[in-house]
Amino acid sequence: MPSILNRLLKVPEDEVTPEELYLSRRTFMRAAASLVVGTAAAAALGQGAGAADDELRGLGDTDERWTDYEAITTYNNFYEFGYDKSDPSRLSGDFVTDPWSVTVGGLVENPGTYSLEEIVSQFEIERRVYRLRCVEAWSMVIPWNGFMLRDLIELLVPKPEARYVRFEAVFRPEQMPGQRRELLPFPYVEGLRMDEAMNPLTFMATGIYDKPLKNANGAPIRLVVPWKYGFKSIKSIVKIDFVAEQPRNTWNVVAPHEYGFYANVNPNVDHPRWSQRTERRIGEFRRRETLMFNGYGELVAHMYEGMDLVRNF
Amino acid sequence: MPAVAAAARAGERDREVRKRWRRASHLALWALSLTPAAVTLVDAFTGRLGVNPIETLTDRTGWWAIFHLLLTLAVTPLRRITGWHWLVRYRRQLGLGAFVYASLHLGVYAFLDLGLDLSHLVEDVLERPFMTIGFTAWLILLALAVTSTDGWIRRLGRRWAALHRLVYPAAGLVSLHFVWGQKTLQAEPLVFTGAFALLLGARVVFALRRRARGGPEPGRRGTAPLSERA
Repeated sequence: MPSILNRLLKVPEDEVTPEELYLSRRTFMRAAASLVVGTAAAAALGQGAGAADDELRGLGDTDERWTDYEAITTYNNFYEFGYDKSDPSRLSGDFVTDPWSVTVGGLVENPGTYSLEEIVSQFEIERRVYRLRCVEAWSMVIPWNGFMLRDLIELLVPKPEARYVRFEAVFRPEQMPGQRRELLPFPYVEGLRMDEAMNPLTFMATGIYDKPLKNANGAPIRLVVPWKYGFKSIKSIVKIDFVAEQPRNTWNVVAPHEYGFYANVNPNVDHPRWSQRTERRIGEFRRRETLMFNGYGELVAHMYEGMDLVRNF
Repeated sequence: MPAVAAAARAGERDREVRKRWRRASHLALWALSLTPAAVTLVDAFTGRLGVNPIETLTDRTGWWAIFHLLLTLAVTPLRRITGWHWLVRYRRQLGLGAFVYASLHLGVYAFLDLGLDLSHLVEDVLERPFMTIGFTAWLILLALAVTSTDGWIRRLGRRWAALHRLVYPAAGLVSLHFVWGQKTLQAEPLVFTGAFALLLGARVVFALRRRARGGPEPGRRGTAPLSERA
């Protein structure tokens, strides 16, 4: 463990003793576990990574038909490149994703700037086949490749005061035409509560269909939170901060009455302009019923027990 | 008096020819108006409507509806400015074009998108202002389309012009529906809204000038101009 950590964290051996790390990690685990009301996730956390992770491989996989690769890679909301769904695939040719690094900061034991290779090499890349439900009432089934966010968080060791994770996407107007047009207040920001970030469904994707992520899909590394509307799954991440206060996510800043912080898929809470009761699966003609938490309730509902999901939309 | 008879015959022939040309020009305009619909139909059958075809259909029909509405409202100011009074002959037809595309727009939504889930449609119209204003605009266009015939013009007399001024509120609702239909403020819907505002403003200016000159009110000159009834 120490050697892996040091490789990841770029700190000389003598500055960090394994015991300290171990202890701080334990502290964090307790804090995280106490946030989690439910059972499965808490049990998994208590066991630590390793063995538990093997059981979590392929967690939440759906056996539904995968959406066509062509559709997944040409029908995107990625305002950094433009407003139209065809813009990201058409206008992302200038976007450079190599070299890439992610800066970690805030309330965390191991802040720093890590190269993508350093991060990715820590984990065994697995496939997760998730439903993706866009807030615009369409959906896809996407075979992602990547690793659990919680595994990364465990290596970074947040301080106990950290209650949220704040993500920031890349800001490069010279490579991103939508940023030059200031379609949104960039850089794009998203956030998760710590227990949401630690949920074993929450995924960091580096690929789709066993191929590296295309620019239009948020290359080279993006978040995937399958029980929330798609806009929560921030693309092309360059910054991860551990914070005490709930971050303001970009769509919530732009239209607070239409887009909340939680943005859990919920057929009973409509968007002001359209119903969320049904959705169109891309490639299908008839609409289908939208499922509570996008069908992942068993794994996530416990995190929202006692919460008013109409107010916290 | 063979000369007079010949002149009369020639006049008759002239009118006949002109009538035929006029009819042909209306057909040509319909052909032009409906070309986007035809292209879209071809696209639909050759799989060229993109990843989300129903969304593409909704967007395209809505765009052509608002485009026709804009042309309809541009006729009068254009006529005033250029003196091309024959333009007015095509105004009613352009308005019907707007109605046709608005109906396709609503039809795609109700039949294809919602799969004729009537409770969903009713809920949309009653509970979501964005949908309510779009539907209201369609109802107005429906009323105007139904009463656009010569028979209704005669039957309604002066009230016909008053009724058909509802096209202005319709344009306002349509603009709002278009702007609101986007997730962020977009240039195109704002351009359309600005164009509508400009056309309406031009009419106000014309009316004020007329009043300053002491000329007749536009409504007083009868209902639709005779040239349009031809």
